[in-house]
Amino acid sequence: MADQQVDARGLNCPMPIVKTAQAVKGMASGQTVEVLATDAGSVKDFAAWSKTTGNEMVEQTTDGGVFRFVLRKK
Amino acid sequence: MDEPLNLVLFSGTDDKLQAVAVLTAGAAALGKPVNLFLQYWALDAFTKAKIDRDHGLAPEAGPEGRAAVDALAKAGQASWADTLRMAKELGEVDIQACSLSMDLLGLEESDLDPLVDGTEGVTAFYLNAGEGQIVFI
Repeated sequence: MADQQVDARGLNCPMPIVKTAQAVKGMASGQTVEVLATDAGSVKDFAAWSKTTGNEMVEQTTDGGVFRFVLRKK
Repeated sequence: MDEPLNLVLFSGTDDKLQAVAVLTAGAAALGKPVNLFLQYWALDAFTKAKIDRDHGLAPEAGPEGRAAVDALAKAGQASWADTLRMAKELGEVDIQACSLSMDLLGLEESDLDPLVDGTEGVTAFYLNAGEGQIVFI
């Protein structure tokens, strides 16, 4: 179970990343956030965001049109 | 990612300002500083009197573009002003009015929405832009 949840289903770019960055800002190092998104750009965006910010992508799955990411704060 | 992204805003239509807001919020989420420099009709759109108004779309939008933009808004897309407010909370986003455009439009700083941090000339803008890219919108 992740420490935080972000439900960004139905939100357009860049809101899934913005909401996630807001959540991560308030988290402690090592805590995790689970994100659900439907924006088609999410997979590439979250990979880029993880790479740039150093917050590790722990899990990534797709269920129907919903992308799920679990990220650990640096 | 340390060099800022520098956007010069000239156009004041809602579609271009929405594009600016998306670029700005994305950069802020990555921890990249963003400088926005407001000129002409973009500055006019950031006045207290006009920020919440309909600013129209670029001429190439046409009726179909208008319908597409309206559909996204109806589906809950945040306005460009709200997206910029979020970006400012999230990261380092500095929004400056061009002093020449302030004179052109006859504006005082008290006429501007609180999103705008201050007024500066083009030299200060270039100085703050550093080695970062400058994009004109």
